[in-house]
Amino acid sequence: MSTLRALARAQAVAAGRAQPVATVRHLHLSDRPLVLVPLALAGEANAPLAALVGTAPDEARLLLVPQPRNRDQRFAFAAELAGVLLPYLDSFRGGTEAVAVDRGRDVRHRYVDAPQLLVPNPAGITFLRLFGRSTRFRRPDGDHPVHPSVPVLGRWLTFFAERAEQPGSAALVALTDALTLHWATGQSAVEDLHLPAVLGWLDPPPGSTGAEAAARAEDPAVCPPAGPATDPDFDNHRLAPAIEAYAAAEDDPVARAAAYDVLAGLLRDQLAPTWELMWRGVGLLRAVPPGARVAGRWAGDRDAFTAHAEHVDAGGGPQPRRDGAVAAALRLQRLERALTGWAVQRAYDDPLVMAEHRLAGEAFVGEVTLADPKRVDDSGRRPVLRPRIQVVTTEPVPMPVGATLFSPARPGQKATVVFVTPGADGKTDVVLELSGGMGRGLTAPAGSVPEVGERICLTSLSDGFLPGGAFPAPEETPWTHGGPPEQHAE
Amino acid sequence: MEDRLGEIRGGGPPKRHNARTVAALTGNPGCTRRAVLDSAGADKPALAERLGFPARFGQSRFAITRGNAFEAQLKADGGVELLRLVAERLGVPVPAGATWTDLGGDDDRPERSRAALTAGGVGPALFDHPLLGLDVAGRRVHLEPDLVAARLAGRFHVVEIKSFPVIDGQADPAKVAAAAIQSAVYVLALRELLAAEGHDPELVSHEVVLICPRDFGNRPVASLLDVRKQLLVLRRQLARMARVDDLLATVPAGFTADPAADPAALAAGLRQVPARYAPDCLAVCELAQFCRHEARGHTGALGRPVREALGGVVEVADVLALAEGGRAPEPEQAEAAALLRAAARLRADALTGNPA
Repeated sequence: MSTLRALARAQAVAAGRAQPVATVRHLHLSDRPLVLVPLALAGEANAPLAALVGTAPDEARLLLVPQPRNRDQRFAFAAELAGVLLPYLDSFRGGTEAVAVDRGRDVRHRYVDAPQLLVPNPAGITFLRLFGRSTRFRRPDGDHPVHPSVPVLGRWLTFFAERAEQPGSAALVALTDALTLHWATGQSAVEDLHLPAVLGWLDPPPGSTGAEAAARAEDPAVCPPAGPATDPDFDNHRLAPAIEAYAAAEDDPVARAAAYDVLAGLLRDQLAPTWELMWRGVGLLRAVPPGARVAGRWAGDRDAFTAHAEHVDAGGGPQPRRDGAVAAALRLQRLERALTGWAVQRAYDDPLVMAEHRLAGEAFVGEVTLADPKRVDDSGRRPVLRPRIQVVTTEPVPMPVGATLFSPARPGQKATVVFVTPGADGKTDVVLELSGGMGRGLTAPAGSVPEVGERICLTSLSDGFLPGGAFPAPEETPWTHGGPPEQHAE
Repeated sequence: MEDRLGEIRGGGPPKRHNARTVAALTGNPGCTRRAVLDSAGADKPALAERLGFPARFGQSRFAITRGNAFEAQLKADGGVELLRLVAERLGVPVPAGATWTDLGGDDDRPERSRAALTAGGVGPALFDHPLLGLDVAGRRVHLEPDLVAARLAGRFHVVEIKSFPVIDGQADPAKVAAAAIQSAVYVLALRELLAAEGHDPELVSHEVVLICPRDFGNRPVASLLDVRKQLLVLRRQLARMARVDDLLATVPAGFTADPAADPAALAAGLRQVPARYAPDCLAVCELAQFCRHEARGHTGALGRPVREALGGVVEVADVLALAEGGRAPEPEQAEAAALLRAAARLRADALTGNPA
């Protein structure tokens, strides 16, 4: 928790409503997201009970399992969900675009758009991950055959759950995470996991404060939980009798249909408020303009979607239960790079996020007071353009001489600290030598060197390319990591 | 002292502790309010309801049914399945059979439990529903675990049956952590029982066998939990928890938590006994909603990370006054005030669109 975000929470408490902690949106939002509100049966290992699913506020479709402990019904639910999800995924496989790879020597294709799944909270993501796990190894033949779409659904849900682990990905998003990334509420992080409470702070009903709205949202009688866990009172007093009535009407089609309708009505009533909140949250996020680097990260999601679609088309197998040593190391490195890149990109896109880094001594803002855009360094074998600028700042400058800094306004340019001179008036003079981002000649193009009077932000955070590590092939897994998988399996 | 505790509790009999409440008590040892109420065995759910902050700790019938069914399945046929799982997990040969002693149900359970568990013998044996005792905050607390104590190869192992699933070798970390600290309470109680009878407490292993359903079905899988760390925490916190007479010395005379009392008087009385609310309390303490309401406007109610990021300043109003420079900081707040002022300036800058 940065002090800046903590201060925003304190301000939210005082103001009685949530306060912004971002000035731009840091997530891609699809025009046609698939909103999914799942409910699970208490006590069971990821037994689906019901879900509302759809791509528009007035297109909620209710899926339910009248007897959640019945395995066949569970997989029937999976097939029904596949009947919604798979056509939705296919609808994004229309147009592709060519992307140059290998320095322009080759091209690959990716879909111009990709699916986006929205769930209420992180527990919803966990639910989908486990539901993917419970379905992706099932087979349409053998002892317990399932509908052929069930294992495909499992592979896709697993794909989305894995994307959700990647910082900055918008393929599967928990709405509470997305909202609290942009606004600070006046409650704790634990309470922020409850979608109705978060929206209570963000958009309290007229005449009440965020705190009052959040307190109301905690009463399950007024506001059903956003799932997947249900309210125990609802389970004990309403759901259990309805499930029993359905089971008791086994031999009577008329009574059974009536019992089904009762159950469906009950579950719809539990899910509908959350469904409304989902779309209200989406609306709030859509009103925020996207950051400059959001599209680039969404392109990464489109790449991943394209690759997985091709994998599924080619009859690729389900994701393994556990990664092998090499795959795990690769995944970890990919996630670490994504995390670093995401933090830097958000700071570059958003002055309010950069302010957190300024407070932490990783960036400062100052005014250019001197600029020598024509300076050429001819001490080497070849003369090179190395303009120098002097920046005056009132902020602390903890960066040492020789440090390389970057400016979000000119991300391709490096600025090396040459002198840091603290002044008597609390201001600091910083002299920087610039390289890169100015063409190949000995004259800097207009605008490529900051001019006198310009306010610029300089930071030690780099949005540059992070080279990947070198990992052995799986069959060359070193003995320290269990050796090659074949031997390991024996 | 017993009278004083009875007075605090009100008319009813003391609420019984269980491993969950003991484990939770050690989770927030600095909370005097909780220590006093739990020592007195006050009816906290009724109290919370009376105060207008009803606790929501209901359990779903479905979860209870599933838990009971899983336990019954394991304990069927004299615990054959249980014995096999435990022995295999411990890496000892599966015995042909074991004696099964159900210590539950009847009167005189403490005595029967003591006799059965300390009788000696080295043969494989399973003890169901033993009644154990533990001293918590100066008072004897009886624990009635559903667990089984297994004696195999001469050592006791606590066996904890839980109905949350272990999927691909992984379970919900929060649930495993809760199971580990609860099991540690039983290990400690069992060790004290043996030590009191002159046996070696180390006869009770620090390795607890946790049995859960595997993946998405009902087949059980056993895992070992090393609870040495939890035992250390538990011992230290039980020792650190002020003795109840010291605690009571700080409680104003006439203080009562009797749910039958007038709500306004109850609330006023409770405010005299300091609480230490943290958002984590919401998951474990029935009174948490009342304490949260009371802590409104305090940075601690936003969570410890927030409070620390705000330089440890207690009141939200003070944070904002310091950040706006509207109030001179106390000497010990100087550093926090400088940080808050810088943060407020940067935040205002960025929000008003000042270029960065």
